[in-house]
Amino acid sequence: MIEFDHVHKHFGRQVVIDDLSLRIESGEFFVLVGPSGSGKSTLLRTVNRLVPVDAGQVRIDGEDVVTRDAETLRRGIGYAIQSVGLFPHRTVAENIATVPRLLHWPPHEIRARTAELLALLHLDEPGMGSRYPHTLSGGQQQRVGVARALAARPRIVLMDEPFGALDPLTRESLQASLKAIQRDTGTTILFVTHDMDEAFGLGDRVGLMLDGGLVQVGSPLDLLHAPADDRVRDFVGGTRARLRELAVRTVGDNMRRGEQADGDPVDAEASLQDAFGAMLTQGRDRLPVHVRGERVGAIVLADLVSRRA
Amino acid sequence: MKAAVSLGLLVALLVALPYSAAWFHAWQPEVSHPLYSRHSFVALTLSHVGLVVAATSVAVAVGLGLGIVATRPAGRSLLPTVRAVAVIGQTVPPVAVLAIAVPLLGFGAAPTLLALALYGVLPVLGQTVAGLDQVPKPVLHAADGMGYGRWRRLLDVELPLAAGPIMTGVRLSAIVSVGTATIGSAVGATTLGSPIVEGLVGNNAAYVVQGALLVGALALTIDAALAAVERRIRRGRS
Repeated sequence: MIEFDHVHKHFGRQVVIDDLSLRIESGEFFVLVGPSGSGKSTLLRTVNRLVPVDAGQVRIDGEDVVTRDAETLRRGIGYAIQSVGLFPHRTVAENIATVPRLLHWPPHEIRARTAELLALLHLDEPGMGSRYPHTLSGGQQQRVGVARALAARPRIVLMDEPFGALDPLTRESLQASLKAIQRDTGTTILFVTHDMDEAFGLGDRVGLMLDGGLVQVGSPLDLLHAPADDRVRDFVGGTRARLRELAVRTVGDNMRRGEQADGDPVDAEASLQDAFGAMLTQGRDRLPVHVRGERVGAIVLADLVSRRA
Repeated sequence: MKAAVSLGLLVALLVALPYSAAWFHAWQPEVSHPLYSRHSFVALTLSHVGLVVAATSVAVAVGLGLGIVATRPAGRSLLPTVRAVAVIGQTVPPVAVLAIAVPLLGFGAAPTLLALALYGVLPVLGQTVAGLDQVPKPVLHAADGMGYGRWRRLLDVELPLAAGPIMTGVRLSAIVSVGTATIGSAVGATTLGSPIVEGLVGNNAAYVVQGALLVGALALTIDAALAAVERRIRRGRS
């Protein structure tokens, strides 16, 4: 659990975080979204004390972070950044093992954990662990960056636009990996991005940040259906908001159970956007829905178009 | 490879020169002693190398230390001063340092060592600062975020990443010392400059050539050896 309690931060005369309070639950995937300069990265860095707050408190599980030794605190919190910052003089495996080594894990445990992470992040081609960062693609480097952040099994991971510099396909694949890992491990993730689609795709809850303050906090659907004001409405995309909503909602929650349809089936876990794409591709307005290979119902175009609560 | 060739040349000169009296006599028939014999060439070379190693070690310790201090957040304000002092050290000719040092330290190796050490600091300092400055900022940011302490970050991340440029500074410092050490013979240090100085004073070109050949071969050897170390350090990444 991370609590921001009336946090205030200014650089010189410019206020960067203005009396901000927020509570992030354990196991939650929380995304801070907002334009450049809105203070979201600064807020993220107050958690591991890379940025000291000027007033207010940041608490982890009820404990004020300034009471902890900064280095011990940071070793307990995963950290991944857009520019990755892999150590160029260390191999992939050594990079991943950074924090476990700082924590003096026994060597065999470090080796086992490194191998586990290489597999988890689809970095398991032979010889990957002994390669140097400059021989990797951008996507592979960021996978290593994420693995390094997760290495010591931190209960909290901070991610500052980690996928911002990647091409769309690589980004989607990494988002999927991260989401799956987060669901399996129950890690609390605080994720910063300026990309609304990324925020809605990943976040259990999303906080929209503008000019150092939170304008609205809620589930992606809350922000889409009930924007707090015009600024939120603009940011979530006006008419495109409905398209974004398709990406957030799943086929399983919107299908007609037990009904039949022809065509290639879509998976119940897929988003409505995927289903819509499949309908366009197949030229049909209804498609069968699968759960683990079994037909359970149908998804119908009219249900995607009609507004539902 | 280059290091082995230069070393071969140096060893060949050391072996052959004692038997070359006839050659130098043929070239300079009017000189009564055509071969420098006050010290053996091997002894001169060892003494020269000893002086260079000692001076370079001091220069590396001082230059590296100052470079590290000047790139820490607390020491940043010192950087211009440190640079200015080091540049002044470089501007003053070594002969002038010798002239000032002799009254203080007497004749012999001590004033030479002082001059060489002062002279060698700047390349090491400059390259240390440059090397530490070019460590990518995201790498430092990530290191901080993962919980590296200051000293640990310096030893584990910054110095290894700056090792290539620092080694360039060490090489430059050593090479400058090899050449400059010859001047030390003017104030009584025993170096490969001894035959050169004595040859110049006694109008004996053969001595000058003998000293110059050995200094040249020694400089090539040290340069090539340190360059090989530097390449080794720079490989493996980039």
